[in-house]
Amino acid sequence: MQSLKQQWFGNIRGDILSGIVVALALIPEAIAFSIIAGVDPMIGLYASFSIAVIIAFVGGRPGMISAATGAMALVIVDLVADHGLQYLLAATILTGIIQVVFGIFGIAKLMRFIPNSVMIGFVNALAILIFMAQVPHFLGEGTLTYIFIAVTLLIVYVVPRFFKAIPAPLIAIVLLTAVTFLFNIELKTIGDLGSITQSLPSFLIPDVPFNFETLSIIFPYAVALALVGLMESLMTAQIVDDMTDTKSDKNQEARGQGIANFVNGFFGGMAGCAMIGQSIINVKSGGRGRLSTLVAGLFLMFLILVLGNVVVDIPMPVLVGIMIMVSIGTFDWGSFKYVVKAPKTDAIVMLATVAVVVYTNNLAIGVVLGVILSALFFVASISKVRIHQNHGVFIVEGPLFFASTQNFMQTIEEAETDSITIDLSSSHLWDESAVGAVVKVVTKLEEQGKTVKVIGMNPASEKLYKQLLGVSVSH
Amino acid sequence: MYKHILLAVDGSENAVRAAKEAVKIASEDSLIEMVFVADFEKAKTDVLHAASSESLLLERKRKVTRVEEVLRKAGKQFKLTILHGTPGPEIVKYANEKQVDLVVIGSRGLNGLQEMVLGSVSHKVMKRVHCPALIVK
Repeated sequence: MQSLKQQWFGNIRGDILSGIVVALALIPEAIAFSIIAGVDPMIGLYASFSIAVIIAFVGGRPGMISAATGAMALVIVDLVADHGLQYLLAATILTGIIQVVFGIFGIAKLMRFIPNSVMIGFVNALAILIFMAQVPHFLGEGTLTYIFIAVTLLIVYVVPRFFKAIPAPLIAIVLLTAVTFLFNIELKTIGDLGSITQSLPSFLIPDVPFNFETLSIIFPYAVALALVGLMESLMTAQIVDDMTDTKSDKNQEARGQGIANFVNGFFGGMAGCAMIGQSIINVKSGGRGRLSTLVAGLFLMFLILVLGNVVVDIPMPVLVGIMIMVSIGTFDWGSFKYVVKAPKTDAIVMLATVAVVVYTNNLAIGVVLGVILSALFFVASISKVRIHQNHGVFIVEGPLFFASTQNFMQTIEEAETDSITIDLSSSHLWDESAVGAVVKVVTKLEEQGKTVKVIGMNPASEKLYKQLLGVSVSH
Repeated sequence: MYKHILLAVDGSENAVRAAKEAVKIASEDSLIEMVFVADFEKAKTDVLHAASSESLLLERKRKVTRVEEVLRKAGKQFKLTILHGTPGPEIVKYANEKQVDLVVIGSRGLNGLQEMVLGSVSHKVMKRVHCPALIVK
């Protein structure tokens, strides 16, 4: 890995330029994700500022961008709706603590247990939820709304082909907000959704009662936030690793995410995590080091101060258009091919993850169930032992463990010859069930007056076998 | 004589055709460097669909096996370099940095409209490299 100095100052020009681009691209998303979560846009903007700035120092993946995200916003919708902002801030702080603990205990290793079918399901479900969150903002809002959404989409998809210096979503916002002013067009704006406060973030302790009841309210959300945040962050880190052909410290990143959320909660921001889209924009724009993330955060604060008053006047349809773009960009379009080509069980896990998330509206539940399902499929697939019989010689192929012993015992107990040999050279005894099964089968056959020989046990299996039978291991 | 030949490869039929031409030009001591660019645009999909970074590397190496086959059969010296970025500019940057003697690249054979939308990578590369370039149709 690069030295700290390299991580900060190895790419100054590229980092400053890309940081500015990212800050510009962050604004529309931070606002829109706040609206999904049901909080004042400033909450998302502050969160983006403080998370970006803090993670620049404590993160494990230089060049990655973290801020307020759609995944986290979707998790907290109910918490905000039922209990209000203060509980969200408390949950954000608790999320930070949980993530730091996860980081200390080496969560990165555990992330390898999340198969890519679940990852693909996660991003697809995220895309679908982001899109679904937009529907109430345009359904039945009149033709003008549809026209503005269409024009926004046109701008964000066509303009980048010719002009790349400024992120197209920001161009859409500025241009279309100006249009509504110039032509006096009446459209629902962000200001219509609630009050907007423009003040610098300041330190505050969430105004919640410090008791067990509060904890029981925020704890489930904090766990879900911690899981979802780490999942998206570590997935994004892998993408940045690949794009930059460098390595990163995933456990440090997990701790960093925790520290960022912990501090962020005290400064009135909503929980956040790494962003796939923004991190890709950063790397593409030439960002590689920690400086790019810091500049993104600082420049974002500058923009908040300059543009803060205008935020209320942004027409909702423009934000909806931008979120539709984010949703399309988040969706994994390779999934259709995946469903056809991947092993059937993988496709089922992916679809199940999506279905559970969309049904429960909870990304964390989908991921956990997806992992459990894929683990079950995995056990099922390796629990198939094949047994070839040849004149009383049974050749066992495949691992013997709790899930595969049943099949093994059934086949061998049906042996009809008087002398039986069980060849385990293509097998492995993994656990007590396996040893037990071998002993049981042998005993049973011997009771029937047959002679049984067990051959070909590999050293590890033999050691376990003797250990569990209480035979002293000599070698 | 072209000592150091850069052969752009992307896993397509065009790359195989380009390899066949590169083989004709390369002499005994020429080194043919296959350059594969892992496209930034595909990074998210690639990572998402790979079980691990090791399997992703394998997946990318698999894309160039057919080209490798052509070079091996012809008995040429060759090596593979994987770069990350936007294919056109990345190839140009690398070719100019390493001061290769020749760039060989296959053309996708797009029609007018496709070329307008997608842009011709081979054309861009040819215009911007400082060395001779061979575009293989």
